[in-house]
Amino acid sequence: MFKRSSPNRQRLAALALLGAPLLSYPLLALPEGQMNGIPDVFLYLFGVWGGLIGLAAWVAEHRGK
Amino acid sequence: MTSSWLVALLSTAYLGLLFAIARFGDARADAGKSIISANVYALSLAVYCTSWTFFGSVGRATSGGLSFLTIYIGPTLMILCVSVIVKMVRISKRQRITSIADFIASRYGKSQFLAGLVTVIAVIGVVPYIALQLKAISASLDVLFQQAVEASEPWWLDSTFAIAAVLAVFTILFGTRHLDATERHEGMVAAVAFDSVVKLAAFVAVGLFVTYGLFGGMSDIFQRAAATPELTRLLGLDHGRPETWTSLVLVSGLAILFLPRQFQIMVVENVDEGHLRRAVWLFPLYLLLINIFVLPLAIGGLLHFAGRPVNPDTFVLTLPLAQGAEGLAVFAFIGGLSAATGMVIVETIALSTMVCNDLVMPWLLRLQSFPLSERQDLSGILLGIRRGAIALILLLGYAYFRAAGEAYALVGIGLISFAAVAQFAPAMFGGMYWKAGTRAGAIGGLLGGFAVWLYTLLLPSFAKSGWIGSAFVEEGLFGWPWLKAQALFGLSGLDEISHCLFWSLFANIGLYVAVSLLSRPGVVEASQAERFVDILRYDHPAAEARLWRGRASVEGLVGLLERFLGPARARQQLAAYAASRKVSDWRRIAADAQFVHFAETQLAGAIGSASARVMVSSAVEEEPLGLEEVLDILDEASQVRAYSRELERKSGELEAATAELRSANERLLELDRLKDDFVSTVTHELRTPLTSILALSEMLHDDPEIELSDRMRFLGIIVAEGERLTRLINQILDLAKLESKQAEWTSGEVDIAEVVRESAGSLGRLFQDRRVALSTELPDGGPLVVLADRDRLMQVMINLLSNAVKFVPPGDGRVRVAMTKEAEDVRVEVADNGPGLGAGEAEVVFEKFRQGGDTLTGKPQGTGLGLPISRRIVEHFGGRLWVESRPGQGATFIFTVPLPRQKT
Repeated sequence: MFKRSSPNRQRLAALALLGAPLLSYPLLALPEGQMNGIPDVFLYLFGVWGGLIGLAAWVAEHRGK
Repeated sequence: MTSSWLVALLSTAYLGLLFAIARFGDARADAGKSIISANVYALSLAVYCTSWTFFGSVGRATSGGLSFLTIYIGPTLMILCVSVIVKMVRISKRQRITSIADFIASRYGKSQFLAGLVTVIAVIGVVPYIALQLKAISASLDVLFQQAVEASEPWWLDSTFAIAAVLAVFTILFGTRHLDATERHEGMVAAVAFDSVVKLAAFVAVGLFVTYGLFGGMSDIFQRAAATPELTRLLGLDHGRPETWTSLVLVSGLAILFLPRQFQIMVVENVDEGHLRRAVWLFPLYLLLINIFVLPLAIGGLLHFAGRPVNPDTFVLTLPLAQGAEGLAVFAFIGGLSAATGMVIVETIALSTMVCNDLVMPWLLRLQSFPLSERQDLSGILLGIRRGAIALILLLGYAYFRAAGEAYALVGIGLISFAAVAQFAPAMFGGMYWKAGTRAGAIGGLLGGFAVWLYTLLLPSFAKSGWIGSAFVEEGLFGWPWLKAQALFGLSGLDEISHCLFWSLFANIGLYVAVSLLSRPGVVEASQAERFVDILRYDHPAAEARLWRGRASVEGLVGLLERFLGPARARQQLAAYAASRKVSDWRRIAADAQFVHFAETQLAGAIGSASARVMVSSAVEEEPLGLEEVLDILDEASQVRAYSRELERKSGELEAATAELRSANERLLELDRLKDDFVSTVTHELRTPLTSILALSEMLHDDPEIELSDRMRFLGIIVAEGERLTRLINQILDLAKLESKQAEWTSGEVDIAEVVRESAGSLGRLFQDRRVALSTELPDGGPLVVLADRDRLMQVMINLLSNAVKFVPPGDGRVRVAMTKEAEDVRVEVADNGPGLGAGEAEVVFEKFRQGGDTLTGKPQGTGLGLPISRRIVEHFGGRLWVESRPGQGATFIFTVPLPRQKT
């Protein structure tokens, strides 16, 4: 159960604040080129996105107990 | 070959399966065993992914590359802000809020006008979106049957209408089974969660098939695209439009909160706040998974159908069909169908609740002819209105689909809808976090934002479809260039969504803030503002009760509840309320403020907060409270809460201190009692010898005739008693010193064996006189040195030996002294063959003035202080003194003295 001003909710909100600049411009303009034929932007977007989800899962499921 | 009847059969079977799941979910919910787990909740949120995602993402990717991802990154970031969602859920549960229109209306003073306005915006913004779902189903059927032999058979010609009708029936069956105060539909949620699984599986299956079956994996597709000049731009981002990216992330992040269906699923259908903990990552993960293959599919389709006129929106179906994988194509069709049905069902239920509660009910309540005063069950009428609304909304969607056809207005509607619901954001966020936001401000903001949205986004889309003239887009309204619909005030260079979002939110926020600051809130507004903003802090039924003053009758309110909820449900809720107030029969409930509040919340669940307020005020006589008074009560409530928390803390401290004091007091009382006992015993013990001395001395003094032999005997007794008195006083002093730790100790190395020998020697005469045999067993070898006070040790030994000799029978008494050296101490035993001690006596003899033997009959043979003194001495050296004995078998007094620690 989430309580008032629970540290977990703040951790998750901090993840959102971290994700917002990572997943928008100007940082998005940085990855160029490709790796094994797959464009770096593709890898970057899905990588950062997946990383955020992983961190959120860790925070929500483990830190919350 | 795919035949129409097979597809029809499969679609029907799939919808039947959804029916079954929904029915199962409802049955379990009725039985109190909800099947809505955290996972089901998280999956049901994926109702966000409609057929616009399922088919449309690929289409968008063929033109915009990776920019389609913004629609899913926005929700990911937004759902991480869990506290916003928790706040919405909490408020909705406390206030029995059943739709987003109700939320906004309730916050701004339960305003019927505001509720209606939000409903109108939602319906205008969202009905075309429903049409888009119908179009998706119809288009996917077209694709499926263009390949089929029976393509010419006309039965499916109006299959879209049939589908709309089936969906309407489904929605009516599971969305409006009964009027529930919570407006929850667990069966529907379960069915939607199942939909989510199916559409994800179908999309990933097609993605895998195309990427790894048709092509040689992702890198193969990307490399082929890189080799094709017109496709290379899809591999990167359009860096020229960063603001488009940002506004799409923003608008989709707002949509995940404020689309009516998302509000319904996320807030209204939430059964447990804890489920959000799963949703916060599982839902974004779902979005990520469903998007991985979008770009490969888009590029794969463009490569495969290069030069052929195939609609990219249908690649999910056409790619498997082109490869002859008809089974997969049908699966993909079912996936698209599930995406569309899930969206249509939830959206329609949400909209129908809003239309019924916020448009039709207020209108009905205003009608003079409406039978308000008659006692009749209105719950049936309410259900009828909802069902009618569902049918009407789907019909509207179908009509829009028929009218729009292939027009632009349908294709672009996804984002246009998002921009429409984004207009709720200022009123919603302001309502939850800013107490000064007023009804006038919310109305101003909504109207302004909606007008700008209409002018800059919806009407231009109509113009592009050719339904209205496009002069206002190209030349500006009335020919004024600064009113060009998509370059307002000359702001050009933005895409239409960013342009609309900027101006509409600018107008919306500006008007909301400015009008709020210039207007004064009404009483209800102010109190609702407090309740909403401070929901996480505010929990004070007493204040809730004081916020209403007036006269009410139980019959009147019960009548209202029965009419709107139906008699059965009303009785059920009343019984529950009576139980919570600890009243056995609801007919005897007091018609107080709390009951009025209860009735209003119950009604709010059924007909919306605004109408509920109107209804309740028609049934009771309310005395209006002044604004200042309301604010005072609410302030007081939060102050009282703070005080009571402080008080609680203080009283806790006080309690702890009291407990400590009590135990200290008990200890003192016990010590006091012991002291009294001691003093009285000491006096008694002193008086015995004194009495005999006094008596004998008086006899000698009074009677000079006493014979010399008697006189000598008396004097002997006097001397002996005097000695006993002296000894007693010495021992009392000794004990007092020991107890107050003021005794003087000389500590040194003492050979304990020598002490034993010496004390045995000094008492040798006594033993001989009484003819008691004394034997000593001392270990061989050198001296046994301990750290102790030699004289005190001697005192203990002599005390034990003289005790032993007193209690053994004269003549054949035996006393044995044994000493053994153990690992850490020396153990000395003094064993006798006297009468021994009972189990109860073994500890008693170590208490002051308690002697062994029967003190009632026998004359006391000692002072009763020897053993207590000995025990204190031994304990001072760090050893122990105790007795082991059984009656009739003698007693063994044992003491230990620790050996000095070996120097290492």
